[in-house]
Amino acid sequence: MADNSREWHEETVKVDGTNLRVIKGGTGNPLLILHDELGFPGWLRWNSELAKARTLLVPLHPGFGATERAEWIMNIRDMAGFYARYLKEQKLAPIDVIGFSLGGWIAAEMAANNPSQFRKMVLVAPEGIRPPEGAGYITDFFQVMAPQHFAATMYKPAEVPELAQLYGGQGPEAFELWEDARAQTARIAWQPFLFNPSLPHLLGTAAGLPTTLIWGREDNIVPLASAHAYQQSIKGSTLKIFDACGHRPEVEKSAQFISEVTNFLS
Amino acid sequence: MHIMYFTERPYRDAPNDEIIKNGYFGLPNRLYDSKRGSELLNEYLDEKVLAEQLGFDGVMLNEHHDTAFCMGSVMNVEAAILARITEKVKIVLLGNPLPVVGNPLRLAEELAMIDMISRGRLVTGWVRGAGSEQFATNANPGYNRELFNEAHDLVVKAWTQPGPWRYEGKHFHYRFVDPWALPLQKPHPPIWIPGLLSPETVIWCAQHRYPYVALATFLEPTVELWNIYRDAAAKEGYQVGPENFGYLQKVYVAETDEKAREIAKFDMFGGAGIGYSLFGQPQWMFPPGYNSKEATRRIAKQFSDPSNQDQAFGGAFSAPTTNDNIAASQIEVRAGTWQPGESRVDTAALRKQIFDAFPKVEKSMQVICGTPKSVIPKIRKVLEVLRPGVFGFWQNDGPISAKDRTNSMRLIANEVLPAVREMSKELDLCSPFERAPGQRKLPATGIPESVGSLEALAS
Repeated sequence: MADNSREWHEETVKVDGTNLRVIKGGTGNPLLILHDELGFPGWLRWNSELAKARTLLVPLHPGFGATERAEWIMNIRDMAGFYARYLKEQKLAPIDVIGFSLGGWIAAEMAANNPSQFRKMVLVAPEGIRPPEGAGYITDFFQVMAPQHFAATMYKPAEVPELAQLYGGQGPEAFELWEDARAQTARIAWQPFLFNPSLPHLLGTAAGLPTTLIWGREDNIVPLASAHAYQQSIKGSTLKIFDACGHRPEVEKSAQFISEVTNFLS
Repeated sequence: MHIMYFTERPYRDAPNDEIIKNGYFGLPNRLYDSKRGSELLNEYLDEKVLAEQLGFDGVMLNEHHDTAFCMGSVMNVEAAILARITEKVKIVLLGNPLPVVGNPLRLAEELAMIDMISRGRLVTGWVRGAGSEQFATNANPGYNRELFNEAHDLVVKAWTQPGPWRYEGKHFHYRFVDPWALPLQKPHPPIWIPGLLSPETVIWCAQHRYPYVALATFLEPTVELWNIYRDAAAKEGYQVGPENFGYLQKVYVAETDEKAREIAKFDMFGGAGIGYSLFGQPQWMFPPGYNSKEATRRIAKQFSDPSNQDQAFGGAFSAPTTNDNIAASQIEVRAGTWQPGESRVDTAALRKQIFDAFPKVEKSMQVICGTPKSVIPKIRKVLEVLRPGVFGFWQNDGPISAKDRTNSMRLIANEVLPAVREMSKELDLCSPFERAPGQRKLPATGIPESVGSLEALAS
């Protein structure tokens, strides 16, 4: 495993009394990264590549293990508000953002509430909008144990080049962190499960915010039907569908992902 | 000593092979026949009446959801009927799953009505609900303990603080609390807490002076948990006694040891005696945020090392140490049984494994079975070790016939119960009705005395 630990460091920022831990690395204009519901998967190839031209800020969501839990955060909008405050107090807005899965949902809620805090937005298979009736459900990954949940996020896990690096190798420590992350995900998104009925309506506010949606065609967590619903909700957004790819385009199709994101953000 | 009768009230006709393949929870309800269910529910109510006639002091109920394991999906319904059709027995509810019920004010009213209809015979209690119940009712497992604590406080307040008042909590809100259903017993019915030895719950019980009722747990860690209760009670300024503790013991009695053993073996399919091993698959028992950090750490090892996963039922029969979370050990055991993909489940092999394990279960006294004469000394041993003020005969889980069920009940009542009553007098095991928990003074030294003792086990 390549040691990339010199590319990034960790810092702590106070947001409303919560000690928010942030992974920071790279050089250039800041880029906000909002991680998925299993936690921060680690500093990977795509991080290294983007960090050549951008300063990546990866806050570790409150209650997901590394950052302490803020008792008052009880839904995704609370989380979105928390990060709005982080951006404002750190004078980071307007900022480019990439949100993955649950992190994508947080970004979408932030955009629905106040699109001007973002310059450009990339949503990678975000939750938050359920497929239309009859077009399936967002997978209830709480009905499987965490390792199966993790495996289900990739189309062909064995073919993912960085599989061994994800979440530090998926041993007992990763399992414990996953459980912290899943517990907090339950606290903020147990019901309705991984969607907000008002989000498609409120995203009308984000019309005109340059937005790219990236989705794997074989996504087994958030069905592609949600991608189309998202695209309709954010006027002017672009949808990029990756073939032979599941819920993690950034590692399953890393080169394509880096290329799309770099082009869009430049 | 308060002596009660308890059974899970199983749906006895669920196909055994399906239970082995799938576990109880999540077995599709197309396998359920309401006609048969109707017969069984009535049979179980009649059994409670029989228990009263036979001389038990109490009848205990519990609640589970979406499972053939236990038909009491809404135990307050059963309790309300028993309140009217029985006359003397205490109706002991262990317990209402507070986070799962979701509406504590409604619960306070239901229980108050049961207490009034029974003319003050209700004993109530609370549980967090098994992991699977959180799925069955959509109770958020991430807030399980918060929901438990808040609902508990609210129920007690609704019973004791004159209304109307307004309540704005974290999880519950009531703009107008003024229930006209109030318990007959004042300030409120006794509260007992059942459990599988979670230290956190035991300490909470000591702080509230609630008796803790262990559910057929291994004797050694039970004694150690008694001591955790003892120390927490001492911090509250009181000395524990038998009135602070209850124990449920699996007991099967028949005319011969062999027959009793044959019946008791079926308990391996329906009972908790071997650690609920068929209760539910790991993912159902381990919803996010439901388990303690310590339990998660134990499970983490199991799920991260594939070579660990072939131990199947092996771990269920060794006594976990005090700090081991029993729920976690149960999940570990199940992990070996149901790997993703049903193809790995070899029904015949698993059935054999389950039955083959019975001698160990009998040896550890998780299940006591035999003639009245042969079970009495074993029960005495349990009473000497744990010294409980509440003792529950727990039996008749799994596919056991109506005839065998009531035969065992009658033999216990006629030939075992008198001896057990004598023992309880001799051992001075006073119940929470004879002495309110929390009234004993600490010794002058300030060092609390133990209630249970492992020495009795060794002798």
